[in-house]
Amino acid sequence: MPRIYMDANATTPLLPEVLEAMRPYWLEQFGNGSSIHQDGQKARNAIEQARETLADLLGCHAAEVIFNSGGTEGDNTAIFGMLRPGDHFITTSIEHSAVLQSAERMGQFGVETTFVAPQPSGLIDPVDVLDAVRPQTRLISVMLANNETGVRQPVEEIGKIAADCGAFFHIDAVQGAGKTPLDVRSFGCHLLSISAHKVHGPKGVGALFVRRGTPLESLLVGGSHEHRRRAGTENVPGIVGFGKAAELAMHSLEDGTIDRLAALRDRLEAGVLAIPGTGLNGSLPNREPAPRVANTINIWFDEVEGEALVIALDLKGIAVSGGSACRSGATLPSHVLLAMGLDKARARASLRLSLLKTVTEAEIDHVVKILPESVAHLRAISPVAAGTRG
Amino acid sequence: MRDTSPDRSTRSRIQQRTMTESKPIAVAMSGGVDSSAVAALLAHRGENVVGLTLQLWDQNRLAGREGIPEAPKAGRCCSLDDVYDARRVAMQLNIPYYVVNHEERFEKDVVRPFVEEYLAGRTPIPCSLCNDHLKFDQLLKTAQSIGADCIATGHYAINEFDPARDGGKGRWILKRPADRAKDQTYFLFGLTQYQLAHTLFPLGNMTKPEVREAARQHGLALAEKPDSQEICFIPGGDYKQFLNAYLDEQGRKLPETAGDLVASDGKVLGHHDGISNFTIGQRKGVGVTSPTPLYVLQIDPASHRVTLGGNADLATHSLRAGRLNWISIPALTGPMRVTIKIRHRQEPAWATLEPAGESEVVATFDEAQRAVTPGQSAVFYDGDEVVGGGWIV
Repeated sequence: MPRIYMDANATTPLLPEVLEAMRPYWLEQFGNGSSIHQDGQKARNAIEQARETLADLLGCHAAEVIFNSGGTEGDNTAIFGMLRPGDHFITTSIEHSAVLQSAERMGQFGVETTFVAPQPSGLIDPVDVLDAVRPQTRLISVMLANNETGVRQPVEEIGKIAADCGAFFHIDAVQGAGKTPLDVRSFGCHLLSISAHKVHGPKGVGALFVRRGTPLESLLVGGSHEHRRRAGTENVPGIVGFGKAAELAMHSLEDGTIDRLAALRDRLEAGVLAIPGTGLNGSLPNREPAPRVANTINIWFDEVEGEALVIALDLKGIAVSGGSACRSGATLPSHVLLAMGLDKARARASLRLSLLKTVTEAEIDHVVKILPESVAHLRAISPVAAGTRG
Repeated sequence: MRDTSPDRSTRSRIQQRTMTESKPIAVAMSGGVDSSAVAALLAHRGENVVGLTLQLWDQNRLAGREGIPEAPKAGRCCSLDDVYDARRVAMQLNIPYYVVNHEERFEKDVVRPFVEEYLAGRTPIPCSLCNDHLKFDQLLKTAQSIGADCIATGHYAINEFDPARDGGKGRWILKRPADRAKDQTYFLFGLTQYQLAHTLFPLGNMTKPEVREAARQHGLALAEKPDSQEICFIPGGDYKQFLNAYLDEQGRKLPETAGDLVASDGKVLGHHDGISNFTIGQRKGVGVTSPTPLYVLQIDPASHRVTLGGNADLATHSLRAGRLNWISIPALTGPMRVTIKIRHRQEPAWATLEPAGESEVVATFDEAQRAVTPGQSAVFYDGDEVVGGGWIV
C-alpha cells in the first residue's frame, strides 16, 4: 500500500487543478501587479479575481481581503496591528503559537493579555470570555477550529460579546477553512486569518479579512500594495493558486464531500476507540464529541509513548502527528491538551489523525488494521512507557 | 533486572541479515563523525537503517543563570547544530531520521545523580549513567517500539557471542576495540547480556583514522568534525558554574560545605569554601602553600573536612566497589586475577579481585594506584575482555 497521509492539519497537497491554475503565472504571466503595462495588468487581474473568490469564501467584500504570506502573518498582523500600550487583550490558552507568541511579545510593550482556558471538552465557554473583559479590552482573538482537537469554538457568541463591549474580534480560522463554512458577518469578527496550504493551496500564501473601518496598522511597510495594508510585491502564482483552492473548498462544502469525510472520520474513530485503553480528547460531559470540524480526531492511548507510536506508524507508511509540539528543539506536551486538563503523560500519549478530504475507505481500513498492532507492540515493549513518566 | 539469558537467535539474525530483512537497525546518531560513519557503513551495506537522535538536555535551559551565557555555544550534545548535522547525514544517506525526546529521564537518571554525587563530595561519571539508563536502555526500548530489533552505536568496543561459555549456554562478551586510544569499554561495563545481544558496535575493529576515512569516502561533510571531549550538558566543563545554575533553577542553593583543610595527622592547614571544589588527586587550587606539592587525599562530606597530603599518600593498594555488573562471568565466586581501570584514560593495572559482603568486591592491586576516587567506576578486564565493573565506594 502506498503511503497514507493523515496529517492534513499540518499541511495538504496541491490539488491538480490548483497547480494548473498557477502554472501560467510562473513563466508567461510573470508581470508585477503594480506595473502600468499589460503584463502588469494581467497579473493585477489575476490577483483581483482571486480576491473575489476569497471574498465569496469568507462572505465579505473583495476590498476587505488582504493577501499575505499565511496564517502566522495574519495572526501577527491582527495582534501587532491592533494593540497599543495600555490595551488589554483577551485570547485563549489553546491558540496556535502564532497568537500565543504575539501576545507574549505585546507583553513587553505594555499590553496585558488574559488567556481564557477551555473546558475539559476543548470548548471555550463564551461566559469565560465575557468575564475577562475590562474597560481597556481592545481585542479578542479566538480560533475557529483547534488544530489539535478540531473542536469548533462558539465564535458567533464571542463575536456578540465583542460587539457588546466595543472590542475588536479576530478569528484564527486557519484550521476551519475548507472544513466548515466561513461567514465573517455571522461570526461578528473584524479580522480573520486563513492560509492557503491548509486547503490544498500553495504554501507561503494566506489572507487576512479586515472589516471596513477597522483601524489596523500594517505590519509590513513600503509600497502601497493591498490597499496600503500589506507592502510587498504580491505572490501572484500563489494568490492565483489560493483563489483556485478556495473555489474548490467552497464546492467541497456544498457537494457532500465534507459529509462523506465526516462519515469516514467516524469510521476511523470507532476503529481506533475499539482499542482498549483509549479515549477521545475533546468530548463533552455526556461523552459525545464536542462540536468539531469533519477531519480531525485526537485520541489518547494508555501506556503508550506517543512519540514512538508516531515513528512506528511512519515506518509503516502512515503519517500522523503526536500530542507534542517541538519548540526550539525541546519536545513539550501539547499545550492544548494540557490546557484541557490532561496530565503530561496522557498528553504525550496522544495522537492526532487529520484526514484529507481525498481520503479513501481503503486507507481508513488499513489504518484501523495497523494501529492496534502498533499499539499492542509498543505496550509489550515498554509496558510502563518509561520515557513519559516521572 | 532484565532477563539476562543470552539471545543467540538475535545474533544469528544480525549475522545473517540480508537486503530482504525488513526489521530496521536503529542507529544512535549524535551528529558526530563516529555515529554518522556507523549509519553510512550500515546503509551502504544495504541494511534497513533508521537514524535516531536522543534529545537529552535543552542547552538553552540554564542560559543566563549564574554566569552561564545567554546564547549557548554551538556544537554541543543535543544542540540544534548537532541535530542539524545528524539530520543532514540521514538525508544524504536517504534513511528515515527522528529526534526522540528523553529529557525527563536524562535529568532524573543522569543530571540529578550527578549533582547529588558532587554535593556529597564524590566525583561522578555521567557518561556511564547515561549509557546504562539512556543509550542502552531507553534508546533500545524506543528502537524496539518503533519496530527495530537492535541498535547500532559509534562506540569503540567489540561485542561477541561465545557459545562455549556458561557450560554451553553461551554468553555475550565485551572486548576492547582495535583502536586502544579510543577504547570506550570503561563506560560500557554496565551493559546487560540482553543489551549486548541487541547492540551493534560496527566501529570495534576500526581505528579512528579509518572511521574518518570511511566518512570521507561516503561523502559526509562532517568527516573532519572534531571529537567532543567534555560532558555534554556542561559545555566548557565548568562544573561549579553548572551546579550553581542548576541549583538556582531548582530553587536550591549550593549547600554550605566550607570547612577545614587538614593534614593526614589531623593538623589544620587552612580553610576552604566548599567540598564541591575538590576532587581526589587534585593539586591545583587547594589553597595552601607548602614546600612540597599538596594533593587532595580525602573528602569527608559529613565534617566537610578535606585531607591534603603528598603525592605518595595518594597511592592505595586496594579499592572496594559496589553496584556491580558482570559481563564475561555470571558472578564472581572466588578470587580472580584481573587488570583494572579506575579511570577512562589509563592502562589497566594488575590486581586480585575478591567478593566482599553481599554485593561488593575488593580489589588488591599488585602496585599501588594513585587517586582511587569514590564515585568513579572500576572496570575489570581479563586480557581484552571486560569481566565486569562497579562503582568505587
